[in-house]
Amino acid sequence: MSASTQEINNLINQEYKQGFVTELETTTFLPGLDEDVISKLSKIKNEPEFMLEYRLKAFRHWQTMKSPEWAFVKFDPIDYQAISYYSAPKRKEDGPKSLDEIDPQVLEAYKKLGIPLDEQERLAGVAVDAVFDSVSVATTFKGKLKDAGVIFCPISEALRDHPELIKEYLGSVVSHTDNYFAALNAAVFTDGSFVYIPKGVRCPMELSTYFRINAANTGQFERTLIIADEGSHVSYLEGCTAPMRDENQLHAAVVELVAMKDAVIKYSTVQNWYPGDKNGLGGIYNFVTKRADCRGENSKVSWTQVETGSAITWKYPSCVLTGDNSVGEFYSVALTNNYQQADTGTKMIHIGKNTRSTIVSKGISAGKAQNTYRGLVKVLKSAENARNYTQCDSLLVGDQCGAHTFPYIEVKQPSAQVEHEATTSKISEDQLFFCQQRGLSAEDAVSMIVNGFCKEVFKELPMEFAVEAQALLGLSLEGSVG
Amino acid sequence: MLSIKNLHVSVGDKPILKGINLEIKPGEIHAIMGPNGSGKSTLSHILSGKSGYTVTDGSATYQGKDLLDMAPEIRAREGVFLAFQYPVEIPGVSNVYLLKAALNSIRKHHGQSEVDAMDFLTLVKGKVRLLDMDEKFLYRAVNEGFSGGEKKRNEILQMAILEPKLCILDETDSGLDIDALKIVSEGVNSLRSPDRSFVMVTHYQRLLDYIKPDFVHVLAHGQIVKSGGPELALELEEKGYSWLEDAEASA
Ligand SMILES: Nc1ncnc2c1ncn2[C@@H]1O[C@H](COP(=O)(O)OP(=O)(O)OP(=O)(O)O)[C@@H](O)[C@H]1O
Ligand SMILES: [Mg+2]
Repeated sequence: MSASTQEINNLINQEYKQGFVTELETTTFLPGLDEDVISKLSKIKNEPEFMLEYRLKAFRHWQTMKSPEWAFVKFDPIDYQAISYYSAPKRKEDGPKSLDEIDPQVLEAYKKLGIPLDEQERLAGVAVDAVFDSVSVATTFKGKLKDAGVIFCPISEALRDHPELIKEYLGSVVSHTDNYFAALNAAVFTDGSFVYIPKGVRCPMELSTYFRINAANTGQFERTLIIADEGSHVSYLEGCTAPMRDENQLHAAVVELVAMKDAVIKYSTVQNWYPGDKNGLGGIYNFVTKRADCRGENSKVSWTQVETGSAITWKYPSCVLTGDNSVGEFYSVALTNNYQQADTGTKMIHIGKNTRSTIVSKGISAGKAQNTYRGLVKVLKSAENARNYTQCDSLLVGDQCGAHTFPYIEVKQPSAQVEHEATTSKISEDQLFFCQQRGLSAEDAVSMIVNGFCKEVFKELPMEFAVEAQALLGLSLEGSVG
Repeated sequence: MLSIKNLHVSVGDKPILKGINLEIKPGEIHAIMGPNGSGKSTLSHILSGKSGYTVTDGSATYQGKDLLDMAPEIRAREGVFLAFQYPVEIPGVSNVYLLKAALNSIRKHHGQSEVDAMDFLTLVKGKVRLLDMDEKFLYRAVNEGFSGGEKKRNEILQMAILEPKLCILDETDSGLDIDALKIVSEGVNSLRSPDRSFVMVTHYQRLLDYIKPDFVHVLAHGQIVKSGGPELALELEEKGYSWLEDAEASA
């Protein structure tokens, strides 16, 4: 092809900048999975008895299940006995009390990732929970949050300190029988974040979790649970990276959100797990179940995701709109390049009256990548006057990649209105030439066009994240004049 | 300003321009006319650096430099501007954002600092008024949903803001209504200066009533078959191109 298509391809091919490995002394389980491993895991984390029972129940169920095959992704079967289910930096018996007790190498790793855990250095207004392999190594701004009544801590800590909340809510949105990877996660999850916002509280800062896979041959199975009680409000951000390795690594997370009456949860993700090299070797398998229950009237959950990493992404952040007048939103940018595969989308389940959902999905494929949008809009008989609007746009860069759209719509309530729009476009050489003729480099032109394509989603991201997301796509922010 | 010598250009194996010679001095306006498919847009594209063409012979020198050797964005920053015959749409990118990015890349090339946001808005709004456009166009995506005439006017807006040295207008008049033609012509005339040159590709004498050219050239089958003053355009209007092509065939 002509020079400019080649150019576009080069531009999209950026190096993975977070691919370093941190050398650490760790406590790591031998590979393998059976009930003993699960008991050992539960024990090392000092969990209450009910948790071990829950894990074993999930494990027994998982053993009866089969790996799903319906997604538009291809991979060799995973050998679950070859994975280690626990790896943590060595530390004092009862965990670090302050940053001084954390392995300096771990602190250094986060610094390199641009996430300094030292509170003075942090962006004011963002509290961070840092999860390194199987454990949370630090949570910042705990004190300030506590004053507001907000609980923000590793889920392993919540299990010990707030067992009543865990008992009530864990698995109440995504049950341990939900799907293959959710069942596995329920059996072996290691850490993740727990958030509880009490009635009427507006969380005073953005909450954020940064997931880092470091150890080789381990899986990361994190579990996040966010509960927004009546009238509360929270914005939560999640970021992820991993070293470059030739083997594939499994990341199977479960995220559950519960929004009570009048509560608002905004959940944003910038996913940049290692995508594998140019030839498709290595990379993270990102098999994630994320679901929100808009349990109360007038509650609202908004998912925003920017997915640029992982060899395979299999992920459908969903909203169950139980409460009357509740609102679910899904804004997504998924970029796949080289041999990356993404099968992502959302499910909006309308149960309550006057429930509304909005889906805006932007898929960008380059190289030989496959990008699939899969979405379900389901309106139950009870959901009078439910409304959904779905917009699915695909942008192709080059001619060897693919974009696929699978919208599923099930409507059992005649008063419902469901709208679906889809487009597929290409960055044309004419567009590129036009921009260059106005003085922009090809690089800036591609950035500008991709950025324009993703604009509707980026504007949903909190400011700090929008900048990161655009940098990730090799983009520069649109000026404030625009 | 621009010196084209014996320029031969092909697309694939197909020769399109077959020995163009053209000399353009600062401040001059050259009109290029000629039948459909004669190579007018090809000439505009090759001068502004579009890929997909092969230069098989000849040269083009711009301000003493080998123009054909420069990357398209460098040509733009050095002052070559093409108002496209078919302007493209860029969804999601606002006009004003593109303008600012373009202006800044040109300024940077000349060692100038980025334009101040307030100064920029003042500049842009002035030009918008000059071309009698609605300010709302600034905030709409580049050419998206613009009518044919609006797209053409938008090209001239960009030209007015970027202030190039060599302006190539490829059929800017096609698709403009009579009032718009007048406004756009006034816009172009206001940009006339002793150190700025224009190449205007057009099919219609009408444009030349508003913008008086110094020279008129007729391009046919990839060659300039006749050059003259403004009166040549009138002659063409009357007789069409066939007499020239016949003359060429018998020559
Ligand atoms: N990419 C291409 N592939 C094949 N032929 C081409 C290509 N680009 C131009 N041509 C041919 O070259 C010739 C000149 O085209 P060009 O667009 O320069 O004509 P023009 O003089 O601008 O015509 P018009 O007045 O219709 O705009 C035409 O015969 C056209 O079909
Ligand atoms: Mg043409």
